Amino acid sequence: MSTVSRPEILFELPPLPAQAAEVSEPLARRLWQRDGVRQAVVLVVMAGLWELAARWAGNDLLLPGFLQAATAWWDDLRNGELLARTGISLALLLQGYVLGIALALGLSAAAVATRTGRDVLGALTALFNPLPAIALLPLALLWFGLGAGSLVFVLVHAVLWPVALATLSGFQGVPETLRMAGRNYGLTGLRYVLNILVPSALPAILSGLRIGWAFAWRTLIAAELFFGASSGRGGLGWYIFQSRNELMTDKVFAGLATVVLIGWVAERLVFDSLERVTVRRWGMQR
Amino acid sequence: MVATGSQEHAAVAAAASPLLQVRGLTLEYRSERQRIRATHEVSFQVQQGDRFVLLGASGCGKSSLLKAIAGFVPASAGDILLDGQPVRGPGPDRVVVFQEFDQLPPWKTVLDNVAFGLLASRQCPRDEARRRATEALTTVGLARFADAYPHQLSGGMKQRVAIARALAMRPRVLLMDEPFAALDALTRRSLQEELLRLWQELRFTLIFVTHSIDEALLVGNRILLLSPHPGRVRAELDAADFGLHNAGGEAFQAQQQRIHHLLFDQ
Repeated sequence: MSTVSRPEILFELPPLPAQAAEVSEPLARRLWQRDGVRQAVVLVVMAGLWELAARWAGNDLLLPGFLQAATAWWDDLRNGELLARTGISLALLLQGYVLGIALALGLSAAAVATRTGRDVLGALTALFNPLPAIALLPLALLWFGLGAGSLVFVLVHAVLWPVALATLSGFQGVPETLRMAGRNYGLTGLRYVLNILVPSALPAILSGLRIGWAFAWRTLIAAELFFGASSGRGGLGWYIFQSRNELMTDKVFAGLATVVLIGWVAERLVFDSLERVTVRRWGMQR
Repeated sequence: MVATGSQEHAAVAAAASPLLQVRGLTLEYRSERQRIRATHEVSFQVQQGDRFVLLGASGCGKSSLLKAIAGFVPASAGDILLDGQPVRGPGPDRVVVFQEFDQLPPWKTVLDNVAFGLLASRQCPRDEARRRATEALTTVGLARFADAYPHQLSGGMKQRVAIARALAMRPRVLLMDEPFAALDALTRRSLQEELLRLWQELRFTLIFVTHSIDEALLVGNRILLLSPHPGRVRAELDAADFGLHNAGGEAFQAQQQRIHHLLFDQ
């Protein structure tokens, strides 16, 4: 035992000195920290490269420049043509999307509640999920004729399976403790699904909705390339197809840009905001 | 005949006045290849106002026993009577505080979490539920965090919310499944103190599962010792004399030793 007795020490803690004032970063640095700003810079650089390539090729028919396409876009936006076409496409899209989601929620709720439901959904998704929705268009035209009915049918097919799969996997991932807590409160049936399963599975459901939306949008534009004039009023896809037939390549690019832009708006404004006010706020997703 | 029989039975139960009776309870889990017996013919009675502890090593079926009382696990044999009525399925008269932190829905604020049980079980209208929830939060000292979300709280605070939500529902029995096992030692001790303070105040009936002898002696007034594989009752001990005031004292340590022997020396 060679421990030498060492004195104990107690410290009095005086109040801390006032914190030094926060130093703010310079504006340029703060802007550069934002993902949006950096991505915008990438886009501007790519537009510049496009313009340069077009000038170098010097063929308006094959590759119009960025500025020319932008002008065509702006012109058709102002005279209302693009807006009208977009309106037609979006109205159809929403019908198919909402119907598809309703069916998907119903199917996955049945699948989580009963074994039969699970078997049915499992078999159906295995069959139909790998089938591109657009491949059903010829059949849909046969059944529903040239018109909105066929498009909605194809859209429902595009939305239903990915959303149902994502929702089911979300339901299955609900923690056991949370399920028991819900049942402990006496929740059963639909109230249990709506109060426990759906909010808890929301991260998975939202990502399913994102995928479903992208599938539906692609399918719709592709289907509109197929037909549109015969039903009297065509959407954005038809606008692109028609412009190509009339050899107005700058308008083809304007149409494509609109398709991309709407997809971007849906991703960033709709789904990102939805995530921000729900699952991110709840700490379920970072 | 059947009706009078059960009434008679209820009358007998009321005369003896145990709040909860477990009679010859055998619980089994079915796996793909075999049935695993979790508890074998377990019987005990819990009186109104008891702090009844189920104590045993892991694998003694104490958690299964609690889940059976909560109504999550059906009995293979025997029965569970609450106020003389057989337990069938989960219900808000037996609220469980789980060990896991994810028992609190992350999409509800702390206040909504506490009110949620009252609303979901249709015990009272929205205003009343919020009032009772605020009251319960004040009791556990978390009124300041009413608008926070669970992910913003520490583990100890989450368990306090879980206790508040259970107390707000005023259950016949409060069931706790190793509620403090996932907490650090300091937080665990302060929550044990808090639980005892709340019991002094509200005198609820508590069934508490733990694998810590120390915690069992502190928290409980009756301790049911379970032997493992499958769980059988080894002893039912009195622990009313032990509490925070004499924790670590000689008598406390002697009782600790005795329980240790009962559990581990066959």
